Amino acid sequence: MQDSSDIDHTRRNVLITGALSASAAAVPLAAAQSPSTGASTTQATLAPVTGKVSLTVNGSRFEKDVDTRTTLLDLLREHMHLNGTKKGCDQGQCGACTVIVDGRRINACLSLAIMHEGAQVTTIEGLGQPGKLHPMQAAFIKHDGYQCGYCTPGQICSAVAALDEVKRGIPSHVSGDLTAQPMLSLDELRERMSGNICRCGAYSNIVDAINEVAGGRS
Amino acid sequence: MRAFTYERVQSPAEAAAAALRRPGSRFIAGGTNLLDLMKLEIETPTHLIDVNGLGLDKVEPTGDGGLRIGALVRNTDLAADMRVRRDYGVLSRALLAGASAQLRNKATTAGNLLQRTRCPYFYDTNQPCNKRLPGSGCSAIGGYTRGHAIVGQSTACIATHPSDMAVAMQLLDAGVETVAADGVRRTIPIADFYRLPGNTPHIETALRQGELITAVTLPRPLGGQHFYQKVRDRASYAFALVSVAAVVQADGTGRVAVGGVAHRPWRVPGAEQALPQGGKAFSALLLAGARTTEENAFKVVLVQRTIDSLLAQARKGQA
Repeated sequence: MQDSSDIDHTRRNVLITGALSASAAAVPLAAAQSPSTGASTTQATLAPVTGKVSLTVNGSRFEKDVDTRTTLLDLLREHMHLNGTKKGCDQGQCGACTVIVDGRRINACLSLAIMHEGAQVTTIEGLGQPGKLHPMQAAFIKHDGYQCGYCTPGQICSAVAALDEVKRGIPSHVSGDLTAQPMLSLDELRERMSGNICRCGAYSNIVDAINEVAGGRS
Repeated sequence: MRAFTYERVQSPAEAAAAALRRPGSRFIAGGTNLLDLMKLEIETPTHLIDVNGLGLDKVEPTGDGGLRIGALVRNTDLAADMRVRRDYGVLSRALLAGASAQLRNKATTAGNLLQRTRCPYFYDTNQPCNKRLPGSGCSAIGGYTRGHAIVGQSTACIATHPSDMAVAMQLLDAGVETVAADGVRRTIPIADFYRLPGNTPHIETALRQGELITAVTLPRPLGGQHFYQKVRDRASYAFALVSVAAVVQADGTGRVAVGGVAHRPWRVPGAEQALPQGGKAFSALLLAGARTTEENAFKVVLVQRTIDSLLAQARKGQA
């Protein structure tokens, strides 16, 4: 494999490592595998391709050669061993993998690690630690905003970013007047947190926790 | 997921040229739908062209009083743009009705236009699907069709288009600006952008191989009251059963486009003269020739009643 230092990061940045080996290893898509229902193309299958990514996670710089297929979620969990961020559905439907990238909450499962060159990532571990909790973490404990806890890191990262979105004046589906500064009602919180599913059904306590941090009365 | 090579490009022309040079490549921006489909190996690109560095992330006024929305403007940013909130409320409302905040933070304007159907048979690689594998058959026909199309469908495909944003774009007569691999630029009227399934449901838009969307343009504001009503199985974060985008003027005239009923956002401008006569008269023209199943016949009634509800709100000035 090509050494990572050879990869040109200036203009084209084509990660050709795998393509070179793939041209020798290429095999036609095995049509016999699934003659009537398979993928829509007949392209050759490539050997794994790697690329370098360097980013900052919770204030620490991290750099590694990873398979181009590595999601940001897998980079965090499998390569950096930051297991606070959870893999729930792995298809953007549950929100358990929510992290804050360059100030915005996203689903880490639907994002490729190599596309986050230079990014600033904050995970649940970066928000706070035992003994030095983020106010949102403390409020989730106080209000019992979880049962099994699996969705909790995503809920907390999402809630922190959601309050910031309100502060920045971003409207939501339930905002009455589109041109006004959005209100911090319970309906607003519920709508803004709809991308985080809690299968234990701790929603009521989650809303209480977020509402307390937002300055409301629960 | 299949292995792929990856490159970043710096200009739209470079992106289009890269796509032409590498058959089997796909552009990637937000990736919120493409990566989902790649994990299931429904999309199997051998090369990804990352277009996030193209700088197409601004919303700017056009010379004729409209707006030009860069292809890479994130759904959150477009919905929050004060000019959109003030003058194109239907677009802001449609965006905010779609997906979750996390997804809207990543999803782009062009990517939203190009998202694929959520037909469960398209997603199930154990089942034939003409959209996924042309010629293999349609499992939805004769299957469970509650979410499927009631107008414009074919014997090859009865899938619906999932986008909320695109319904508002259809209503607003948006234009889709593109650049092709040979550098030629064109603007495709949104009315000509999406195709009905016909015998080629895998070909969904008027885009050619390697053609890249660079912007979406909006004509001058329409005025009037703006509505986007999405009816779905839960209050948030679900695809539409039906959705109705409407701009209603003080005299009762207006425009209506509907989502969740066809392979593309559904608008019949010729039917809109009947709008002042109410939802029943209008939707009879809008959905003329509808072909329903026992499971999705409710959509005809739901469209009509949702339009009636919006017209009633408009009369009370409740946009």
